[in-house]
Amino acid sequence: MGSGGSRAAQVPDADSIRRETGFSQATLLRLYHRFRALDSNKKGYLSRVDLQQIGALAVNPLGDRIIDSFFPDGSLRVDFPDFARVLAHFRPVDDEDTGTRDPKEPEPLNSRMNKLRFAFQLYDLDRDGKISRHEMLQVLRLMVGVQVTEEQLESITDRTVQEADEDGDGAVSFLEFTKSCWEGLGLSWHFLKEAIYISWREDGSSRRSPFRCQGD
Amino acid sequence: MSQRGALGPRWGLLLAFLLALGELPQVGGVEEEPGSEHQESEGFQVVTFKWHHVQDPYIIALWILVASVAKIGFHLSHKVTSVVPESALLIVVGLVLGGIVWAAEHIASFTLTPTVFFFYLLPPIVLDAGYFMPNRLFFGNLGTILLYAVIGTVWNAATTGLSLYGVFLSGLMGDLNIGLLDFLLFGSLIAAVDPVAVLAVFEEVHVNEVLFIIVFGESLLNDAVTVVLYTVFESFVTLGGDKVTGVDCVKGIVSFFVVSLGGTLVGVVFAFLLSLVTRFTKHVRIIEPGFVFVISYLSYLTSEMLSLSAILAITFCGICCQKYVKANISEQSATTVRYTMKMLASGAETIIFMFLGISAVNPDIWEWNTAFVLLTLVFISVYRAIGVVLQTWILNRYRMVQLEIIDQVVMSYGGLRGAVAFALVVLLDEDKVKEKNLFVSTTIIVIYFTVIFQGLTIKPLVQWLKVKRSEHREPKLNEKLHGRAFDHILSAIEDISGQIGHNYLRDKWSNFDRKFLSKILMRRSAQKSRDRILNVFHELNLKDAISYVAEGERRGSLAFIRSPSTDNMVNVDFSTPRPSTVEASVSYLLRENVSAVCLDMQSLEQRRRSIRDTEDMVTHHTLQQYLYKPRQEYKHLYSRHELTQDEDEKQDKEIFHRTMRKRLESFKSTKLGINQNKKAVKLYKRERAQKRRNSSIPNGKLPMESPIHNFIIKEKDLELSDPEENPNYDAEEMSGGIEFLANVTRDTATDSPSGDTGSDVPLTGRTSPREVPPATEKSPRPLAPPPAPPTAQNPAPAALPDLELGAGPTSEAGSASGTWLERRGLPGAHARSAAERRVHSRRSFQRPRTRRRPALLKLASLQPSCHAPPHGLEQEETPL
Repeated sequence: MGSGGSRAAQVPDADSIRRETGFSQATLLRLYHRFRALDSNKKGYLSRVDLQQIGALAVNPLGDRIIDSFFPDGSLRVDFPDFARVLAHFRPVDDEDTGTRDPKEPEPLNSRMNKLRFAFQLYDLDRDGKISRHEMLQVLRLMVGVQVTEEQLESITDRTVQEADEDGDGAVSFLEFTKSCWEGLGLSWHFLKEAIYISWREDGSSRRSPFRCQGD
Repeated sequence: MSQRGALGPRWGLLLAFLLALGELPQVGGVEEEPGSEHQESEGFQVVTFKWHHVQDPYIIALWILVASVAKIGFHLSHKVTSVVPESALLIVVGLVLGGIVWAAEHIASFTLTPTVFFFYLLPPIVLDAGYFMPNRLFFGNLGTILLYAVIGTVWNAATTGLSLYGVFLSGLMGDLNIGLLDFLLFGSLIAAVDPVAVLAVFEEVHVNEVLFIIVFGESLLNDAVTVVLYTVFESFVTLGGDKVTGVDCVKGIVSFFVVSLGGTLVGVVFAFLLSLVTRFTKHVRIIEPGFVFVISYLSYLTSEMLSLSAILAITFCGICCQKYVKANISEQSATTVRYTMKMLASGAETIIFMFLGISAVNPDIWEWNTAFVLLTLVFISVYRAIGVVLQTWILNRYRMVQLEIIDQVVMSYGGLRGAVAFALVVLLDEDKVKEKNLFVSTTIIVIYFTVIFQGLTIKPLVQWLKVKRSEHREPKLNEKLHGRAFDHILSAIEDISGQIGHNYLRDKWSNFDRKFLSKILMRRSAQKSRDRILNVFHELNLKDAISYVAEGERRGSLAFIRSPSTDNMVNVDFSTPRPSTVEASVSYLLRENVSAVCLDMQSLEQRRRSIRDTEDMVTHHTLQQYLYKPRQEYKHLYSRHELTQDEDEKQDKEIFHRTMRKRLESFKSTKLGINQNKKAVKLYKRERAQKRRNSSIPNGKLPMESPIHNFIIKEKDLELSDPEENPNYDAEEMSGGIEFLANVTRDTATDSPSGDTGSDVPLTGRTSPREVPPATEKSPRPLAPPPAPPTAQNPAPAALPDLELGAGPTSEAGSASGTWLERRGLPGAHARSAAERRVHSRRSFQRPRTRRRPALLKLASLQPSCHAPPHGLEQEETPL
């Protein structure tokens, strides 16, 4: 589809989506184009297959899990507002404007906690709020090359869970998960802070203030 | 350092040989070769010695040999090469060799002449850089690169030249016959960062890919600026300072645009030509690679002829043609091109650095002026740093990915000068530039300083800075895992949102490319199967696989997929009552597991013996080493000396296989899960073996194997369509197979109504921790690897101890392979029957520990340390 023609296309419900996600008009329009480009037979929503057609996802070890995160609760389609909502997790963290924000409003989607929660839910398949040893093993199996034996994988899993598990229930809760990510700031701070690759930089807001731990 | 001393004699010998050859002409002219025919001097000579006939190519070939052998020499000692960059070592070797030649002949016969450098040594290097340029990264940072390349270089040239002139006016340099324009000329040739030197050093310093592409891109693109500044100032010097008018200055600026854009245009035109030619080389495969080199070389020469920027031309020729050429030429040709290009570039680089060393040994060119040399060094370093900081400050206001302090330090410090500057300074006309020799010697000093001193120190500097930035601490497993997971998530989201470098222009371009360029420049077959994002896996593959299954659905319950599998099964020699296809496939899997069990015992023995600490280390190491790399880390990096693509491909392939397998599985469970019944479950089982293969079949070809072969062979052949693929992969497939079975069974047992909750949910999700508590997982492991819970559902393990007893623990998997072979071969029937029994029992029950067994197989081929490369190939094949 030519970008020229779609440029004029209006995003449905643009205002409410913008309010919820915090995307700028231009970004939203861009995303909408992307959405329509992905929508293979112009049905107005994306199916799992549409996302699976993205070649790079097939070689991303977590690709399918990410796709799944677009389809919560067994739904088969994702419409544009939902699409934007998921992607909004990856906007850069707004500046520490918690003071200006209306406290009654829910936490913005791109807050650190929500970013982490998004990641956490990729691990936590049964949505019980805990990454069980088994779930950890599944993730590790996805992410580790086949050279590693199952035996080693299990051993790694055990250690990983033990390391993060503070209350000794043999599983990693969200709190424990955030703590272990906190510590691993060097590795994951992009994700937490800015999600640099996804930062659309509508304004000059991505500042590099030191990351602040803000508890749960 | 001792290495260098040790190298001396060796080079001495080589050189003595070389010199001896040089002396031979005189000798050979006087007397006959002793070995020739007896004194038939006047008549026909059977053997004649014609040194002059071959002299030039012979010497060239010898130098190439010497340089290459020197490279081998460096790598004999890993310690040296890990500290000292190769370029520095080569320069030193060149110095030593030059010294020897000088001592022997007192003439500097071998120097790096501008002709040789610009016509023969530089093009392969730049072509290589262009052809392997990570395009996306390059164009994503093009603005930054251009700013550094243009403004940065002009800034460096101007400030260095002017400051030197200022100091000269103050009288610190003594009496020199030099004017402002000479200084500016010198500034312009010393300002440019050199692509050869930068790559040689940066390849050994591991910086992030954005930083790498910025410095590398800058060094490539600043050529246009250098060429223009150089020619402009040279002509000004020729004219004489007082005759330069404002018009000339304007002309100079205009010529910059002409030179740079013209060079780029020439490159693009030739890239178009090249792509077009390779489209039609189907019947001349053998010379296909030749076109790539010849046409891109022609682009270089053409733009040189038109006095445009030749480096830009060949760079852009490589950048633009890579996509189409790679799609057009055959796989073998592509490999040939890759290797030849790397070989030429690497060889040229080696020779350049060595000759930089040799060229310095020539007292005629040396003219020392301490103030001038030292101040040049100071100025180029200081102004580069200032320039980088200023430009970065501006850029960071617009850049998405900020350049940090450490990046700026590396950029300033990584501004290496090299052979381009040297060749340019040698080109100067001594009649016009009176102090040419001073310039030459200063340039040599600058090159040596930057390549050797900065090259040596940049690595420790980077390490030191990094250490400073993040306190030194072994990251925890969780951090490693989550950090990597975040990277994967980010790149996935990026792919979904189409965000990277996503803009209007890019869309336009890819549309244009798809609609016109690709149609003209790519073969029809290539057009069909290419993938915009990946060269490795074609989207088509995926679609095919999906439509393949859909097709099966349409035709009714995947019968057509199953049919070849039935053929297979029939030919497996089962002695016991002919098992159904289901049992055959499953029992095959189980048989594999059973035979692997004893091996597991051995490794467990080893494990128990191993100390906790080493185990700890191993765990960390394993995770570190085998976590899949996110795309950012492995896709974009350019390396002159290494072709790492194979590994990337392997990783891609591996993940792709897994993904496809899962998708197919979940696809089916989605379709069939709605009316789940016993039959459907049976179907899964039957399809299972087949599915594994289907997922790896390119473009939906049906497996049409002859039934003569052993089943295992087929399994392997299909799975390992790529011979380089890791043999262990097979085992992984097995594991997937059983895993799936287990889950399918479980699904039936729990009768889950939602078959569509996710593509990998059926595979990964259903086994909740309650079913597989860690305690029960662990306890039976050291005793008997197959779970021997005294339940009725698992009668097989009773048969296993027999097998294990026969084996006896052998510590090395390698030495065990022989006995293992027997074991695997002999008890086949036994194991099979046991396995079959298990299958029967498994039909309606889930087995709690299905997952571990297939992996036991792999333990055999991989030592617990897992440092050793998996050498399981022969072990995997022995049972055949």
